[in-house]
Amino acid sequence: MIRNMICIGCPMGCELTVEVENGKAVSVSGNGCAVGKRYAETEVSAPTRMVTSTAIAENGTPVPVKTKTAVPKEKIFDVVNAIKSSEVGLPVSIGDVLIEDAAGTGVQIVATKRVE
Amino acid sequence: MESRIFDVAVIGAGVIGCAAARELSRYKLSVAVLERESDVCEGTSKANSAIIHAGFDAVPGTLKARFNVEGNKMMDGVAEELDIPFKRNGAMVVCWKESEMSKIETLYERGVSNGVEGLRILTGNEARAMEPALSKDVYAALYAPTSGIVCPFEMTIAFAENACKNGASFSFSTEVTGIERSGEEFVIATSKGEFRAKAVVNCAGVHADEIHNMTEKADFSISARKGEYMLLDKSAGGLVKNTIFQVPTEMGKGVLVSPTVHGNLIVGPTAEDIGDKEDISTTRQGLEAVKRVSALSVSGVPYNKVITSFSGLRATGSTGDFIIEDHDGFIDAAGIESPGLSSAPAIAKHLAKLVCARLVPEEKTDFDPKRKGIPKLAQLSFEDRKALIDERPDYGQIVCRCEQISEGEILDSIRRPLGATTLDGVKRRVRAGMGRCQAGFCSPRVIELLAKELHIPQWEVKKNG
Amino acid sequence: MDKHSLVIIGGGPAGMAAAIEARKSGIDDIVIYERDVQLGGILNQCIHNGFGLHTFKEELTGPEYAGRFIEQTEKLGIRFETGSMVLSVSRNKEITVVSRSAGLKTVKADAVILAMGCRERPRGALNIPGMRPQGVYTAGTAQKMVNCEGWVPGKEVVILGSGDIGLIMARRMTLEGAHVKVVAELMPYSGGLKRNIVQCLDDYDIPLKLSHTVVDIKGRRKLEGVTIAEVDNTGAPIPGTEEYYSCDTLLLSCGLIPENELSLGAGVSINSATNGPIVDDRLQTNVEGVFACGNVLHVHDLVDFVSEESGRAGRSAADYLKRGGKKENPEKCVTVTAGEGVRYTVPSTIDAANICDSVHLRFRVRNVYKGCSIVVAAGERELIRKKKKIMVPSEMEEVLLKKELLTDVDGITVTITGGGV
Repeated sequence: MIRNMICIGCPMGCELTVEVENGKAVSVSGNGCAVGKRYAETEVSAPTRMVTSTAIAENGTPVPVKTKTAVPKEKIFDVVNAIKSSEVGLPVSIGDVLIEDAAGTGVQIVATKRVE
Repeated sequence: MESRIFDVAVIGAGVIGCAAARELSRYKLSVAVLERESDVCEGTSKANSAIIHAGFDAVPGTLKARFNVEGNKMMDGVAEELDIPFKRNGAMVVCWKESEMSKIETLYERGVSNGVEGLRILTGNEARAMEPALSKDVYAALYAPTSGIVCPFEMTIAFAENACKNGASFSFSTEVTGIERSGEEFVIATSKGEFRAKAVVNCAGVHADEIHNMTEKADFSISARKGEYMLLDKSAGGLVKNTIFQVPTEMGKGVLVSPTVHGNLIVGPTAEDIGDKEDISTTRQGLEAVKRVSALSVSGVPYNKVITSFSGLRATGSTGDFIIEDHDGFIDAAGIESPGLSSAPAIAKHLAKLVCARLVPEEKTDFDPKRKGIPKLAQLSFEDRKALIDERPDYGQIVCRCEQISEGEILDSIRRPLGATTLDGVKRRVRAGMGRCQAGFCSPRVIELLAKELHIPQWEVKKNG
Repeated sequence: MDKHSLVIIGGGPAGMAAAIEARKSGIDDIVIYERDVQLGGILNQCIHNGFGLHTFKEELTGPEYAGRFIEQTEKLGIRFETGSMVLSVSRNKEITVVSRSAGLKTVKADAVILAMGCRERPRGALNIPGMRPQGVYTAGTAQKMVNCEGWVPGKEVVILGSGDIGLIMARRMTLEGAHVKVVAELMPYSGGLKRNIVQCLDDYDIPLKLSHTVVDIKGRRKLEGVTIAEVDNTGAPIPGTEEYYSCDTLLLSCGLIPENELSLGAGVSINSATNGPIVDDRLQTNVEGVFACGNVLHVHDLVDFVSEESGRAGRSAADYLKRGGKKENPEKCVTVTAGEGVRYTVPSTIDAANICDSVHLRFRVRNVYKGCSIVVAAGERELIRKKKKIMVPSEMEEVLLKKELLTDVDGITVTITGGGV
């Protein structure tokens, strides 16, 4: 099976052609770099996404956060819910870990902004 | 619920209702203003050409002619007393053909007969010498130096604030649902309970016929005539100095191109009779028509600089003239279409006279005609502005970038008597959000200030109503 | 009156990058005026990731990207005044600035860098007909509400315009529990990056309707719904294609406009294609000692390019100051013309004798071009030919001009040739 997709690895947006067999990429073309190949391979087997959102600190201030690494695509909403229900004390610095394991993904949620 | 008892109930807090309330507050009368919206200036008064007409348009002998010319002459004093921007920028009515000269002459003669001063007929070249942006096709123009421009929001708000200061009581979100005569009194049913008054002044704009019919014989009707406008960036405001009107032709009444008193350029209106008195939508066809027709009189209107478009409803009465009559204590001020804004000060005086003839009140000795507006920091000299900021640091915190409106001015607009409770209320009082980004940058901050001052969460802050 | 060597107006990515490079080039007396309460500009509300691949070789979120520059700004001891709004700049570089803490003051600068960014095109400028109820916001305003104020303006959303902020907000609102019903785009192509279509719309099954626009807005006080219709190739709605969407929120992502009101006041000439100043390769405007960079110069897709460009403005301003404020009168200035298929170029002129070794020429194309080439030519002589699979107006193009190419050249023209639209 041939799948066409657009790489989201960088703003170039390379149009990839992926040959898929048994849920695995056997060949990738159209990619401008190694990121594209990696993206295609994960995208056909177990797609992942970075998630960014805001946690609300105890005083009501939003604290921008992200997943430290990409999480399984189907877990996005679970991760967002985990962020929403987290309790965040201030101050936080960029990189502070706010959640150790978001929604069982094993991925940390880290602050992306200094908030005092 | 007990009814609230007043000497006079004014229905409608548009420019006529507010001006009338202020005139009535000169007397020892208890005055209530009943307004269905949450603020003053929410109907016709907020969406019009903002022109103080010279008074050459109305047929001599009509109320329109009388109150327009009288109102125009009163405006310098009103602006001074109420601290509102007003400028006599002059007006021209242009025509394109020799055969249209008779229309120009008719307007000239009407003007003279109505008592308009300084009217002159100009050739096309004379007119273009004064207004270089006039179309080369303009053949001649009637020039009226006494025509002016005003801020209709601040004018209405100022009348209301001064009325309030002198004791008038404003009741918002109060929709009148029924009126009955009971002896010497009127019993007014509203969405906020019952009011009683010895006299009613009906200033209900497009709904004045419905209010009238609640207790009086249905002898007139009001239709809503929609007018669509476009407002352009201040960088286009200098295109013309005078208000440029067109003589009516087979094609219609024409549209005007005018600077606003704040330095923007306004173009419009269309004129369409519509059934729905709440329909203030703009239409693609309407806005296209405004562009097309304006080009007949003024060349090079930079339509890529439009910052907003809007439409307003004129309260067009079935008699063709203003309907201002006392029906045994029920006093109509109906059909107040153009030149209603110009006539407002004079109509208000007249309405007060009608009320006084009936209730014979004493004049107050402590009536204060003066209203001090919110300081307009962007218009002050460097020294004055600096001094004010040194005294009140929040005047130094700019919230609306486009119009350079400070936090202090916004707080003032909320904290004043009859203060703003909505984004539009703030906008109309201090122009925050009125500029080229149309509140894109400042609205989150204005919402935050409103929420804090009104003790409500941010998401409950309303744009209007 | 206070005096400074270099005043930078705006403390977003452009202003900070300019300040950092100017400091590294030896300018001590620098001040940045920032109107917001913090440095970082619009990046503070761009909490999504995707920034910094060029600059830092890793993907950062907006606040993280800004954070790196804030850190450098602070480390280098560059003075910045937040909550400070510049009200005017005069031709002789007197700047009037106001703040709550310092009041109103005028300062004199030897050089000025304009870095005020851009604003969103509001509903009024789009002339969308209909009512004017609560619930119509530009996408960036909604982004500010959600990401910085912590509340979501609506539950049922329609988005007009497929600019990147609109696409990002489609995903953001979805993750916040809203239902984004459709994204309508007037043009036959998207206004945003391809990857944002994938990860913001496709991932959440949000339909994108190209060649569609909003033709009516319903609701007297609160937004009740919008009508969307297909448009023909002149952009006019096609009767009979109207479709009503009930919604409480309409977000507009229909283009950005450089904020050049201060520039105009200073006498800076504006390019009508970019709405930004006309600059030379040093990013100097027609007013000597006044430079411009970032989105106030021309709207960028990627902040990485803003940083690169702004660093150059900072170095150029430093050069200018070190020469005692005198402009080197370029013996020969190469004019750059936007030819067939090219909407504009930045810069507009190149001082070929004095460029270091190369200059980035950035531009946008007028249409979608497939299999076409970018050609830079001096008269008949072709200097550069670069084949591109696809070029779209929403993505900025660039070519690198080497110094040696520009010897004995008076003017160059950039055109798009070959292939098809």
